[in-house]
Amino acid sequence: MHSRHADWEALSLRWVFGALAAVAIVFLVAPSLIVILTSFTSSYSLKFPPEGLSLRWYAALADAHQMQRAAWNSLLVAFWTTLISVVLGTGGAIAIARSRAVWARACDLLFMSPLLLPALAFGFAALVYIHLLGFQPSIPFLVLGHVIVCAPFVLRTSIAALSQLDPALLDASYSLGANWWTTFRRITLPLIGRGVGAGAFLAFMASFDNVPVSLFLADARTEVLPIHLWQQIETNLDVRTAAVSGLIVIATLVLMVVAEKFAGLTRQMR
Amino acid sequence: MKFRESQLALPLAALFVAFFVAPLLVLIGLSLSGEPELEALSLQQYVKFFTDRFNYSILWSTILLGVKATLVCLVFGYPIAWICARSSPRWQSVIVFLVILPILTSVVVRTFSWIVILGRHGVLNKTVLWLGLADEPLDLLFTEFGVVMVLAQVQLPLMVLPILTVLSRTDPNLADASKALGAGEWRTLWRITVPLSLPGVIAGCILTYAACVTAFVTQTLIGGARLIYMPLHIYQQAVGANNWPFAATISVIFMVAVLLVVWVLNRLARVSRGFTHA
Repeated sequence: MHSRHADWEALSLRWVFGALAAVAIVFLVAPSLIVILTSFTSSYSLKFPPEGLSLRWYAALADAHQMQRAAWNSLLVAFWTTLISVVLGTGGAIAIARSRAVWARACDLLFMSPLLLPALAFGFAALVYIHLLGFQPSIPFLVLGHVIVCAPFVLRTSIAALSQLDPALLDASYSLGANWWTTFRRITLPLIGRGVGAGAFLAFMASFDNVPVSLFLADARTEVLPIHLWQQIETNLDVRTAAVSGLIVIATLVLMVVAEKFAGLTRQMR
Repeated sequence: MKFRESQLALPLAALFVAFFVAPLLVLIGLSLSGEPELEALSLQQYVKFFTDRFNYSILWSTILLGVKATLVCLVFGYPIAWICARSSPRWQSVIVFLVILPILTSVVVRTFSWIVILGRHGVLNKTVLWLGLADEPLDLLFTEFGVVMVLAQVQLPLMVLPILTVLSRTDPNLADASKALGAGEWRTLWRITVPLSLPGVIAGCILTYAACVTAFVTQTLIGGARLIYMPLHIYQQAVGANNWPFAATISVIFMVAVLLVVWVLNRLARVSRGFTHA
């Protein structure tokens, strides 16, 4: 009698949680699939399911020069942002990962706070600041603004990787006569490389996708892709937007598979 | 031979001081300036904010929006983390991959797909009409309900990951012991698993809440021009009205409001950790 009650309990819990999780997974994945399918539509309207399939809107992208320029700007900004975030973020991670000092905790809090503070407020603050200094928005300032909001990702994954690193390995290297740089290059970097790599990937995606900071720091001539798309969607829903979106989803999927293979992305995110 | 590793934080710290702390200080300074001449130190802008019902109703609806979306994320996110934590490593990778897929996809693209789904002739309305649940298409776009739904989807991964981290570190023997002592599955869930995972739940709530209130793209594209939340309010004052001092004031108030909620949740996290170790 008791065991039947227990069976029913176990079953009901599994059913309720299973159903909620299943709904949530569909909820998470469906939009990406719908974007991909819609982008292959053959008609002028964004109906789902599409009435016919074709590649015409992808072909139309070849003539969308404004969009191409925006995409190129975004890639450029994301590249420099990632590079600077990785160099500065890895350094910061090494400095604070194993320290229990107050300054290290304070730095950790400071470096992580862009993830919690409203990015739009920071973007506006940065605009006010560079105006006060007598500058105009430009690509270098845009990159610096992106580094502030993207470096935390590199820092987080690098610190996680460093906390897995056995300090005895470093001591062994030093006692065998290696200097700091050799130890870093031959021991530390290979062991934390996957963590840094995953962080770099996250930083790149975050920069490529950033709207709130770019809204204020991009000058009138350099339009970035997410803002271009945002304006397209707000004003006229062009089917080419669907094609770019499809392209972005597919590229993201491919990059994620690559990041999973080389950096163990899903393990780094936990 | 071994230089001080702490010096390696200097470049990043310098950048943060010069390009994060300094701008925020300038912002606070600007918010304290008087209206016609920008020199006098005054609380004029703050008085203006809090004496106009319009302003603080926006602040309030933004905070509420964050709370609602966070609760939806919790209801759907906890079961995913729970199931993921007890799956085989292979399935865990698959589930985490599916969970982080949306957070890595561009927010603009994700929001765009929701316009296709929620529109009057969208997938959801077609299904509702086909099932006979309504006689005419529902208005889902440009409603708060729509914004909450889309925010929940966009930010769900931020809820799942911290809970998963805590749940997969929890000793499974504790739940087994509870069951061996005669507690049912539900009782074990409420009395053992959930309390032990509270630090993860709160960490998830902090990240989700902070992301939801500031999600400018989703709020403007799904909410439209009539549903105004704090980020759009800042943007309109800064770029549309070109009123920088007032935009600075709204920004400061918004940041303080977000940090207050984060601080309260952090206190709760500390209490809950003490509770689980007792």
